[in-house]
Amino acid sequence: MVSKPFKPISSQDAVVCRNVSKVWAEGTKRAHVALRDVDLDVTPGEFIVLLGPSGCGKSTLLYLIAGLERESGGEVWSFGDRVAGPSPERSLIFQETSLFPWLTVGQNASFGLSIRGESAGARRTAAREVLARVGLTEAIDKRPDELSGGMRQRVAVARALAMRPKVLLMDEPFAALDVQTRAKMQDFLLDVWRDSGASVLFVTHHIDEAVALADRIVVFTSRPRPRDPFSPEAELLRRQLTELMRDEVDRAFAEQEAVAATA
Amino acid sequence: MAGANASRPPRRLVLPEAVIRAAPRIGWALMSVGLFAGIWELLWLCGVTDPKLLPPPHIFLGNFPEQAKFFNTAQRWQIGVGLNTGPSAGMALVITVLASAARVFAGLLIASVLSISIGVAVRYFLVVEKLALPTITLLSPVSPIAWLPVAIFVFGIGNAPAIFMVVVALFFHMVLATVSQIDGVNRNLINVARTMGASKWQIYSRVIVPAILPGLLMVLRLNMFGAWMVVLVAESTGVGYGLGQVIMLARNTFNPSLVFFTIALIGVLGFCSDWLMRLLQRKILYWMPETTGVLRGL
Repeated sequence: MVSKPFKPISSQDAVVCRNVSKVWAEGTKRAHVALRDVDLDVTPGEFIVLLGPSGCGKSTLLYLIAGLERESGGEVWSFGDRVAGPSPERSLIFQETSLFPWLTVGQNASFGLSIRGESAGARRTAAREVLARVGLTEAIDKRPDELSGGMRQRVAVARALAMRPKVLLMDEPFAALDVQTRAKMQDFLLDVWRDSGASVLFVTHHIDEAVALADRIVVFTSRPRPRDPFSPEAELLRRQLTELMRDEVDRAFAEQEAVAATA
Repeated sequence: MAGANASRPPRRLVLPEAVIRAAPRIGWALMSVGLFAGIWELLWLCGVTDPKLLPPPHIFLGNFPEQAKFFNTAQRWQIGVGLNTGPSAGMALVITVLASAARVFAGLLIASVLSISIGVAVRYFLVVEKLALPTITLLSPVSPIAWLPVAIFVFGIGNAPAIFMVVVALFFHMVLATVSQIDGVNRNLINVARTMGASKWQIYSRVIVPAILPGLLMVLRLNMFGAWMVVLVAESTGVGYGLGQVIMLARNTFNPSLVFFTIALIGVLGFCSDWLMRLLQRKILYWMPETTGVLRGL
């Protein structure tokens, strides 16, 4: 196979992963490959769902993009810069509640601003603004443990939004919620996403959730790509792709014929 | 909560709400002590225990002024001072209790400030970890009693060695507890702060320290009883006023009543300081939900 014809990394791309791999506990006996040769391009404003079973490395990829972990091989880029560490531009939202229990909802929402050293007044204004966007203005002076699970995740989203991120990374954020709350939260997230214009990378192992949310779904599989073009696996893959392609090809032909007829 | 307050009818009861809420708990505590004392009294009534060796509560608590006069430990051995000079018996008891409590709390305060600072420094600076942690781990199983001679060599006799003993009894455990609490902080909380651009110092001061406070206060509360035990040993070396001195006196003069009286006093003091600590815990950890008794339904 020839080397993959990649388009060059541009400053327009929200996230670019090139040949990214991650080995946990590298160089020890417990070394374990979590990711191998991952390529991914995310355009600004795109909603991408990373779908795969537990332990397939989708969270790992999110951590690499967030800059919380360093890749073992390959490169991660965001808006033309190599990702070298965490940045407020790429906010991460976790599965479990990660609100600071000793802060009020408002203080949680503006935590990032307090890290930047902004004044109390500015923090309060920003907190009220982002909490309004997640529909929790009323809860500004409550403590996290007074909120339900869904409300807490909304505060976590508000806290991320307060940083005006260009990329929102979400690590199974609704996994701990019940089905009804989850459906509501998905609608809510889509609203927030359209509003913010940020790219979203959303990790889940729920196919329904992936279909409900994504512009594009990236499926994680642990099986290696078949290298032998005559192997049964390669044949199966070819057949699946043909099926997927057939409709598109038919449509393209029909369009071409229509164009030819009018000419 | 707010709704319940608003809809409350005008006050009719004289007792404050807190007292009413605490009443069953106080009742059970009295019952518990009463049961224990009752068995003891019964054994005395039946003549099983010798009142000279194991005087029942009504004897050792009965003659309060008689007991209290022994608490004047600071001046009674001075030449030319009679039993009746110095503070009155009741006053001496108050001074003794306050002196011991002050030593315990001074020790607790010094130990917690020292050990939390060093525990945090161990995780903050790798050099501190490499240099300090092995020694601290080596010294932590040493009984505080073994430090008593050291306390006397270094600080002589008085308040300083007693406070030193309390500090040394708590310090090593609390450093190790602080380090393990730091390691137990939810990674997500730290990662949130990291993605928001927090510096290492900010992560420690804004996330790690508040996150480990609940565990540390619990450790402090458990160690407080240890502090009360150690302070008695330290005081027995001679500190002027002190409960340890009274126990020593009771032992030397073969006075079981005084021993039991002091034991009862220490019990009450320990109970009160635990209650104070719980109050402090609730004040500092306003965000912690009440978790006592969650397993009661099992």
